[in-house]
Amino acid sequence: MNRVVSLISGIIFGVGLTVSQMINPAKVLGFLNIFGDWDPSLAFVMIGALIISSPFFHLCKNNKKPIFADNFSYSNNKELNKRLIIGSSLFGAGWGLAGLCPGPAIASLTLLNTSSVIFVITMFVGFYLSDIYKEK
Amino acid sequence: MNIVNFTPITAFTGGLLIGLAVILFFVFNGRLIGVSGIASNFLTSKNNIMDNFLFLIGLIVAPIAYKLITQKEINISISSSLLLLAIAGLLVGAGTRISGGCTSGHGISGIGRFSLRSIVATVTFMIVGILTILIKNII
Repeated sequence: MNRVVSLISGIIFGVGLTVSQMINPAKVLGFLNIFGDWDPSLAFVMIGALIISSPFFHLCKNNKKPIFADNFSYSNNKELNKRLIIGSSLFGAGWGLAGLCPGPAIASLTLLNTSSVIFVITMFVGFYLSDIYKEK
Repeated sequence: MNIVNFTPITAFTGGLLIGLAVILFFVFNGRLIGVSGIASNFLTSKNNIMDNFLFLIGLIVAPIAYKLITQKEINISISSSLLLLAIAGLLVGAGTRISGGCTSGHGISGIGRFSLRSIVATVTFMIVGILTILIKNII
């Protein structure tokens, strides 16, 4: 059953990106262009997503286990370190250059434009290259 | 500052759907949605490989399914050159894996459970993103 949920979650997530137009890099770049022609839409996407999801995280705090799995599994890393800042900065630079982040980039693959394909391939190369950065 | 192309209603509606997906994945499967994590783990780890695969398939078919059902065109405009896209792809891939999350993993799942780490990550990538656009506009 958890596989069905994975598929459905992926579909709903992708439809959310499509409806909100976050699949369009021009919308994302518009959000980051805060000192120019600013498009605040992305902030509303985050507010919508957080308003509905955040209460559930807190309601589930006392639940022992999820419905179709043995336990909740996610990182409980609380450390604020150099890796976090350096990684986020690299990501921010790439995000600002193209207006694509992993979700919208992968979702836009079906629209079969060369740009998304190039971006996703190099992003996967980037996943591998990140292992070079080992320090702590 | 000039506000342009602002679409608050569709943005908020899409956001609610994204939030719903995050809840389902969490309440049923016990995992947080972070697309960079799911995609990179699909490549490098055997754990949950089927779940990660199906999530990615769902993500990929969603825009086409939406287009077929609603008969609406999906507008995408990417003006960057292929070289710029390749550089951006490398930075996004390496950066999200080093920091352990992207816009969804840190920005939504992380902030949603009030993780300080994710708040710091999100503020950092947004500031750097804004600075990148500023510099790009000057050049």
